[in-house]
Amino acid sequence: MSDRRADTPSLASRHLLGIEGLQRSEVEAILALARQYKQGLKDGIQRTPLAGKFVALLFFEDSTRTRSSFEIAAKSLGAKVLNWSPTGSSLSKGETLLDTVKNIDATLRNMDSGGPSALVIRHRSSGAPTLVSRQVHCSVINAGDGIHEHPSQALLDAFTLQERLGSLNGKRVMILGDILHSRVARSNVHCLRLLGAKVIVSGPPTLMPAGIESLGCEWAPDFREVLGSLDALMTLRVQRERQTDSFVPSMREYAARWGIGRAVSDQLKPGAVILHPGPVNREVELASEVVDGDRSVILEQVSNGLPVRMAILEMCA
Amino acid sequence: MSPPILIRGGWLIDPAHRINGRRDLLLNDGVVSDVSERALSVPNAQAIDATGLWVMPGLIDLHVHLREPGQERKETIASGSRAAVSGGFTTVVAMPNTEPANDSPLVTGFIRRRSEQANLCRVLCAGAITKGLKGEELAEMGALVAAGCVCVTDDGRPVMSAGLMRHAMQYARDLGVPVMAHEEDLTLSADGCMNEGATATRLGLPPIPRSAEVAMVARDLVLAEETGARLHLAHLSCAQSVELLRAAKKRGVGVTAEVTPHHLMLTDAAVLGYETNAKMNPPLREEADVSAVREALSDGTIDAIASDHAPHTRMDKQVEFDKAANGIVGLETSVALALELVWKGVLSPPRLVEAFTVGPSRAFRLPGGQLGLGAPADVTIVDPEARWTIDAAAFFSLSRNTPFQGRSVKGRVTHTLVGGRLVFERGKLEEQAR
Repeated sequence: MSDRRADTPSLASRHLLGIEGLQRSEVEAILALARQYKQGLKDGIQRTPLAGKFVALLFFEDSTRTRSSFEIAAKSLGAKVLNWSPTGSSLSKGETLLDTVKNIDATLRNMDSGGPSALVIRHRSSGAPTLVSRQVHCSVINAGDGIHEHPSQALLDAFTLQERLGSLNGKRVMILGDILHSRVARSNVHCLRLLGAKVIVSGPPTLMPAGIESLGCEWAPDFREVLGSLDALMTLRVQRERQTDSFVPSMREYAARWGIGRAVSDQLKPGAVILHPGPVNREVELASEVVDGDRSVILEQVSNGLPVRMAILEMCA
Repeated sequence: MSPPILIRGGWLIDPAHRINGRRDLLLNDGVVSDVSERALSVPNAQAIDATGLWVMPGLIDLHVHLREPGQERKETIASGSRAAVSGGFTTVVAMPNTEPANDSPLVTGFIRRRSEQANLCRVLCAGAITKGLKGEELAEMGALVAAGCVCVTDDGRPVMSAGLMRHAMQYARDLGVPVMAHEEDLTLSADGCMNEGATATRLGLPPIPRSAEVAMVARDLVLAEETGARLHLAHLSCAQSVELLRAAKKRGVGVTAEVTPHHLMLTDAAVLGYETNAKMNPPLREEADVSAVREALSDGTIDAIASDHAPHTRMDKQVEFDKAANGIVGLETSVALALELVWKGVLSPPRLVEAFTVGPSRAFRLPGGQLGLGAPADVTIVDPEARWTIDAAAFFSLSRNTPFQGRSVKGRVTHTLVGGRLVFERGKLEEQAR
């Protein structure tokens, strides 16, 4: 049974390609709807606003938590899910991204009874969802593109932070690590800034993109100097698959200079929390005792992924 | 024998002879036979009324990709020649990154035969520096030059080995041809696909730092100074490259340089929205760089405007940004875009014409580029007042990849004459007119 509510807020665009370009009211609407879904999940209340719709998950790049979180979200909203993967597909026969996606879009159009369905796309090329969005009828939801944006991650991070810290107005949040290769960092800078937080970035100088301040954040050359003023510390994964070797000498040196161990964590003020988008390299960016410690909200981030992605799907699909 | 051509009443701009005024121009037997302040009367001549128009030496583009042999769906020598003359170019230099590469007299001969068949503009060849443009072993430059190549270059690819580049310069100096360099240190550009800066950071596109160009410019200037070779720097894009060039010229290094219309007109903001038609190599830079290359063009530090005409199919461009091909078509928009700098007061009309004629002809020691008595009768006529809108669908090129689609411009080529033959007139090619 479809019980799409008339008062469901919508986004100015039918796509969610990134946080950049969204209005604060749009971000707040998604987070408010996510809070309702979280409460609903707790209370055992189920709504199926996507009944009769199709959500296609097109993950051109590996993922576990984002993919399964979107899949569970779509199914629990009543959508049918097409779980596409590039291995063994026509992509391996040389089909272009656009041809692949247009074919799936055409198929979904046939199946679709109640307006456009959604394509949830993850791709290794920055801008791939933007390219696709210009060519399809479905809504396109960016589930992470290259080193550009990962909007659902930023939204669930903001959701988690709001649960812990209340309003983010004036709160100080540091993003620490490989900013250069991080779509999580870019989306978070935009999202936290929209919600009124002060965002500070830090990390190895080789992994700090040029002109990062132009995104509206501050750069701290030495993160230790500002630790005590933070309300939240978001550490990023060292992406060894991106040949980090030529950016930092070793994982050991990374851990020594930018890793968060117990002693560093203790310099945070009381109530300050530590986030990580996962998967964690234990003993590199975070010591195990910090991952599993009191300040860590890492598992909350994961579990909040579900209501947040339900909200995103309802608003876009 | 075709009749003489009399170009009457036009405003002649011939920087090589410091002419910038009303002149009648008589072409006979493929050469300039009279240039006169007084109105000429030649009864048997075919007359072209150039009243209100600018008459200039045939334009020369030192840097075009005609794609044949090998990638004829993007462009052929015939289609590229049509694009050239319709854009006002009477001479173009075809880069060697064809398939196979122009690293042998066989390929040079093929290109020359094809251009004779196309029979529109003069197509000159750039030969490869290294076999297969691989940067490993020197190509047979002597044979290439003997077959007609006017310069050597691995364009599109840098010669990464400084030692090999030094040998190439020593060898090319002996042959009397310039070495044209695509300046890019591949260890610095790495997997980058746009200029390093705030826009790349915002879009999450892997950055290409300026040092990728500047460091190689510095290296090659040192090598040119040491070897005494003539070095031609292709498509400069960075303020610092220009500074190095200026200092080297002051020291007397035998170096010349070109800039493209797109590096003169656009910044990397054109990439926003993952616009693949704004993807090129070197990438579009930022405001300070644009100002610097404009200034260098204006003061003569940069010798020539070259289009780097790089045709690509829709399929090459309608893909993920990092997978998209580099480059844009330019032959049919170069003049109108460069004229914007005249309308803005950055360049005087004679300086603009110089950068399209005697600048490039001196850099490569080509005939033409000037309209003295006995010079080749290559002439371009421009209506400086004509307003038009760039429309890729109307291009003679086989490709449509331009970031300037829909741009309103002022100034248009009306006539192109090659060797005293009117090959293009007001939107129509000679063959169409027939």
